[in-house]
Formats: sequence, structure tokens, C-alpha cells
Amino acid sequence: MRPDSEAALAETIRAAREPMSITGGGTRLRPGEGQAPRLDLSALTGVTLYEPAALTLVVRAGTPLATVHQMLAAEGQMLGFEPGGEPGSTIGGVIAANASGPRRVQAGAARDALIGVRFVDGQGEIVRNGGRVMKNVTGYDLVKLMAGSRGQLGALTELSLRTMPMPPVRRTLCLPDLEAADALPALTAALVGPFEVSGAAWLPDRGALIRLEGLEGSVAIRATGLRDRLSQHGEVAEVDDDPWPRLAWPEARDGDGDLWRIVCRPGAAASILATLPRPVSLDWGGALIHVRLPEGELPQLPRFEGHARRVTGAAPMVLPAPDPMTRRLDAGLRRKFDPRGIFLGAD
Amino acid sequence: MMQMPEPDPTVLSRRQAIVTALRDAVAGAVIDDPAETRAYECDALSAYRCAPLAVVLPRTTDEVARLMAICHELGVPVVPRGAGTSLAGGAMPTADAVVIGLSRMTDVIEIATGDRLIRVQAGRTNLSVSGAVDGQDFFYAPDPSSQLACAIGGNIAMNSGGAHCLKYGVTTNNLLGVTMVLMDGTVVELGGPMGEGPGLDLLGVVCGSEGQLGIVTEATLRILPKPPGARPVLIGFDSSETAGACVAAIIRAGVMPVAIEFMDSPCIRATEEFSHAGYPDCEALLIVEVEGTAPEIDEQLALIRDIAVTFDPVEFRESRSEDESRRIWLGRKSAFGAMGQLGDYICLDGTIPVSALPQVLARIGDLSRDYGLSVANVFHAGDGNMHPLIIYDANAPGDLDRAEALGADILRLCVEVGGCLTGEHGVGIEKRDLMTTQYAAADLEAQMRVKDVFDPNWLLNAAKVFPLDVSASRRDARPNATPHAA
Repeated sequence: MRPDSEAALAETIRAAREPMSITGGGTRLRPGEGQAPRLDLSALTGVTLYEPAALTLVVRAGTPLATVHQMLAAEGQMLGFEPGGEPGSTIGGVIAANASGPRRVQAGAARDALIGVRFVDGQGEIVRNGGRVMKNVTGYDLVKLMAGSRGQLGALTELSLRTMPMPPVRRTLCLPDLEAADALPALTAALVGPFEVSGAAWLPDRGALIRLEGLEGSVAIRATGLRDRLSQHGEVAEVDDDPWPRLAWPEARDGDGDLWRIVCRPGAAASILATLPRPVSLDWGGALIHVRLPEGELPQLPRFEGHARRVTGAAPMVLPAPDPMTRRLDAGLRRKFDPRGIFLGAD
Repeated sequence: MMQMPEPDPTVLSRRQAIVTALRDAVAGAVIDDPAETRAYECDALSAYRCAPLAVVLPRTTDEVARLMAICHELGVPVVPRGAGTSLAGGAMPTADAVVIGLSRMTDVIEIATGDRLIRVQAGRTNLSVSGAVDGQDFFYAPDPSSQLACAIGGNIAMNSGGAHCLKYGVTTNNLLGVTMVLMDGTVVELGGPMGEGPGLDLLGVVCGSEGQLGIVTEATLRILPKPPGARPVLIGFDSSETAGACVAAIIRAGVMPVAIEFMDSPCIRATEEFSHAGYPDCEALLIVEVEGTAPEIDEQLALIRDIAVTFDPVEFRESRSEDESRRIWLGRKSAFGAMGQLGDYICLDGTIPVSALPQVLARIGDLSRDYGLSVANVFHAGDGNMHPLIIYDANAPGDLDRAEALGADILRLCVEVGGCLTGEHGVGIEKRDLMTTQYAAADLEAQMRVKDVFDPNWLLNAAKVFPLDVSASRRDARPNATPHAA
């Protein structure tokens, strides 16, 4: 099913008798998702409003992410939360997954840039929340609830987003010799200093990567200070290419085994890394770890604040198991927004 | 005038038994002497007052959980209270409610600068959160103007903003996790590292839910390294339209100031008389502040100057010293005090798209003349969050009603141009009855369903946010409730 308007979508949902899997481009499905007949939102495309001077974009959910990137770039703007994707990825899918790239450490996540939504709930009712202004505390913030809800509460039809001016200058320092665990102190040093770092990550073939963005003079001053601060952690160099798109799309489906995504406090990352094979990437100063494990194998993690999720592989798995109280609230919300259980999602 | 539901007589008649049960649960925390509960009869929306049935001041999450479980079991409404600085009546009690206040919960639980976070009890004041990490050169970014007094728990309830949120965001963008007690006494942990839990973003919907989903007892907050320096410029214009256009041009150009504040001529004149900040006598002025090291500040201000001159400003005053910076901010920071000298005032909080600024200012001028009440405008221009101040005389019969009617018209105007009723103060009781101008029935129904999940009996701060007739069926469905109490 591929409705071409919000009204048609609402009608489809009202008429539905069997569970459906809401999808955009279907590029970031996780284990357990996409199993039922697809309710494909990729025909709901188009820009409702783009006001560069107000940093505001209102766009229908099925609009390709690439189209959004191009349109903003033409006005010297971007999505600050730096979402990655593949051909076919939609802006609705980005929001439903709260997909956020390296700049999250500075500019926040997708949910932070999202200022308004329209969606169709499980009864086929059209609901609006938030709006097109960035400061809005009128009623409950269902905008945040819908971001990252992975099609479990409703089908997103329209999104209002805060855009960001593209920085005129972008430079990346690296410490190429550092292994993942050794990179952590360097990333922390960069993030706790007055450098306004817009990316603090690690890649196996690149070592530690730290990005500075802004006006030319400002970036130059901060780069000098940062180099100085980092020199005690290893050899500091500057990269001449752009390694960040790889970090914005760490869930690329191109390796062997199961891909795991671990969110933790940076201070706990070293003890977690000690239990794992060499990771695929670190980001957010060590708060985000991606690692591949042999198919079906579970990581033997220490007790830590945060969670690990299998993002590719056979079955959904989250460690440690979410506590029963928040599960009860999650389940209660799903029952309220989708009382007939029409929206199939992974647990 | 705002209406409140009639207190539940079945609760009032059990007053003594309820107080005894609370006292048995947590010794030394219960206040029921009417001479003392009166101190809790209102918040900063002081035109509305009602003493509660009792007040409890717990010290720990566990105590809050025990108190909530008792109120739940006895069917007693609860009103959470941070520091009582809400401008929207968010902490105003009803006569049948127990106020659970956070004022004794002020501990710092953990500071982890390496992880850029602090964990505090929710009664701690906003400013003292920054104070706790100041020595390590960190700060907590959201800075509501009540930051000296307001509690983090209240900030979370209202998703508070401040002057610097253009760059740093509001509370929800700086909140990583909470410990929260549900109405039935259940304790839940929401959020996690980066603010992210394994399931739905419950933290996101709790922030800004005005104390209707649970009582937040502890919060993990993002802290940021302090910028090396900050410097404001003052730019004066001969029309509000030009000032508004200049704001848009600055944002468009990609400079990201930490604050862009706007004052119109009634506000400039009043504050000048009150604070003698040395402001130019003009139609509108902007205060634009940028951060960084001295050369970085120079670079940004040069760019802002290049933009501003194309709008032919009557004044462009760049601060050259700490003292000059202080003087530029002096008038803005004393604006509300200055308005207090002119009379009583209502402070509105609507947000509009920045592009609608000139049109909205002109319409507010028309409305002000129609109602015969003066309105001064001072607000966060970078994000369109307006604070029109309506001056009235509380002792003149009918003046408050007229001022409220004018306020409602201005807020309807904000919604009409694509904005919203409240940008950072919250709905509370103040804007409750205007919610239907912004949201359709299905939109409000979706929000109320969230409360149904967290607080199925609608005991927690239930007479706020939603128009009373919209929430009536849910409030009346309370076990033991008197039907049609509204």
C-alpha cells in the first residue's frame, strides 16, 4: 500500500484489519521490523514551506533525504543533526529512527531539530503537534515522542525542522596512531575544552577524528588551541578529505556478522571496549560504539549506564533488558495510539 | 477570570485522616496549619490564589514515592511545586490538593565533567546548578530570567528557555535523564546517556508536561565548557520593521549569536527612566551577543556590523569593556522591574515566525489602542519568542479582565500567523482555555491519552493545560470523584 496523500493514508489505516509495517525508504529497518505488509509512505513527498531566514523547513515525510540535503545546500543551509542514509532514505525515516550523526555532540539529535509533526494514529485520526517555531511549550511535546518511535505510534506525514547555516569553514584534526580505547581520553579532552567541537569520533583506519566548524578566523584559533591540548595524547595531523559521512551512516549493511549499537557514558566506554572486538566506529566522544559480532553472538558487557542493541541480524535484542516500568509505559502508549495493534514494530 | 474546578467534598471531609496518613508516612514533612499553607496558595501568577489541603516537603525520591502512593490510594489530587515561580499558574493548588514541594531536595548527586553532565535533586535552583560546576569552568545553558530562584524540577515541567537558547536550546535539549515518581508511587528512570533510552522517548514527552505525568525528583543535565568570553552590541533602529528585518538577515548570514534581544520604544523609555542604562531614544533596539575568544568575537561582530549598516541603524554601539557590556545588558535585565513601576502587568509569552515580526508588532499596537491599555514589547527576537507586557491597574475594577482579554487577543494573533500560545512559560491555568485556538479536538485528545497512561485517575495537577470542559470527562471519571465538579 502506497497512499499518495495524508487523507488517503488515514483512509487506508481506518480500513486496515491486519497489522502493517510503516516504512519510508526501508533503508534502516532493524531486526523484527518490516515483517508485515508494508504501509509505504514514500509517495508523500514535497516541501510545504522553506523559510531560510527563519531556519524553518516544513516537508512531507516521504521526501527523499537527498532532496532535502540538496534543497538546503542551495541556500547555504543544512540539517544540523547530520543524518546519514542511502539512496531511497526518506526524511520521515530519519525522524522515525531519530537518526543523528556526528554533530549531535554540538547541535543535538534529530529529535532536537524537530519542531512540529503531523501524523495519522492507529485509528486513522490525523494529529498535529508542535508547529513551525522553535520555542513552543504549548501542551505536551508529542514531537519528541514521535521522533524515534519507529512507526509504533503513528504514520508521520509532515515534519517541521529547524535548519542550520552551513559553516563557511570545516577542518578535521586527527590522531592517526590511536586505537579505539586510547582515543577516548583525546576525544574527551577535545569535548571538555572551549573549542566548540562539532565531531569527536574514531575510525579503525583513521584513528581519532575531531572536527571544528565556523568562521575562518575562529576555526584557526580553535585549531591551534586544540592541537596544543591534544599533543599529549599522540601525533596530531589534519585530514584533507571528509571522513564524516561514514560516521553519519554507521549502520551501512555491508559487513559480516551482526552489527551492534551501544550507547553509554563516554567514561564507561573503555571498560565496554575491553569486552569487545575492534569496533567499526566510535562517535559522540565515545558515547556511541558500533561493533560487529559473529552472527547470533551476544556481547558480554560489564554493568553500565546505557544500552546495547542488535541493529542487523536475525532477531531484536536489547541489553540489558529494558526495565519493566518503562516497558509498561511504552506498551500503554502504544495501546492508546494504536488500540487495534495495526502498526507492527519490533519490541 | 480563570475558573477552577470545585474542590472534591469527599476529599475535604477526610482532611484529618489524609494529613495523618501523610504524617505517618514521612515524619516532619507535612504542613497543614492554614497560616502556613497560605504561603503555597499561589505561584508567580499571583492574581490567582487557593490554599491547598496540605503541603509536604519530602527530602528523597523514596519519600516522594511513599507520599504519592498514599494520595493515590486515598484519591487525593496532587499539585507538584518546584520553587513556585511559574508565570502560568502551573503550581497553583486547588483546595482539595496536597502540594508536594521540592524545596528540600537540593543536593548535587554527581558531577562528571568528562561525561559533561551533572546529576542533581530536582529542587535545586537553576543558577546553583551552574554554580556547582563553575569552578571546573562548566555551566548549565538554559537560563530563564527567574534562574536565581526557579527549581530544575519546575524547569523540566515547563521546558523552560531563556535568553541564550538561540544557540544552546531549551531545557529539553539539555536534559539527559530523570528519576520520576508516578502518581501511584512507582519510580521510573527515563532517558540515559545522550538522553537516549532503549524505547520510546518518554523523557521527551515528560519534559514540558507541566507536572501532569509524574514528579521529577532527580535530573541528569548536560553541562558545557564555559566560553572564553562574550560581548554584546546594541543596535538602534527608527522602526520595528527594520529591526525585525535585521534579525532575519543576521540569522540568514550564518552568524550564530547566543542571544538576540529586542525592545520597542515604550519598553526602551520605561527602562531608561528606571535604570539609566544610556539607551538611545529610538523606535526599536536589538542587543546581540556573541561568544568566543577576543579575536573570534571581533570576527563575528565585524560580520554583524556589515549586515546592520545595510539597515541604516541610528546607533551601533559595540561594547569595549566589561562595564560597557554590563550597561548594555542593564536595561534589558531590568525591563520587567521597570514595567512594574508603570503599574501591574501581565507578561505574555507567544512565539511567532521571525518573518511575521513587523506585522505582529503593528497589530499589537492597534489592539493596544483599541483596549486603551499600553503594551511594551521585550523579547527573544532570534527565536520569535515574544513577551508583550500589558500594563494595567489591579485596583481599577474591570482592568484585569480587560488586560486578560487583550492578552488573549494577542495570543490568538500569534497562533494566526503560524506561531504558538507559549514559548517558554507553559500553559498552566493562564492559557488553558485558549488551547482550542491552537489545537483541534483530535490534537488535544492525543495529548490527554499520554496522561491517561501515566496518571489514569487524573489526580496529578489535573486542572491545568487542557480546557476544563475538554478534560472534564476524564477528571470526573476519577474513583470517588463528584461528577460535574467543574
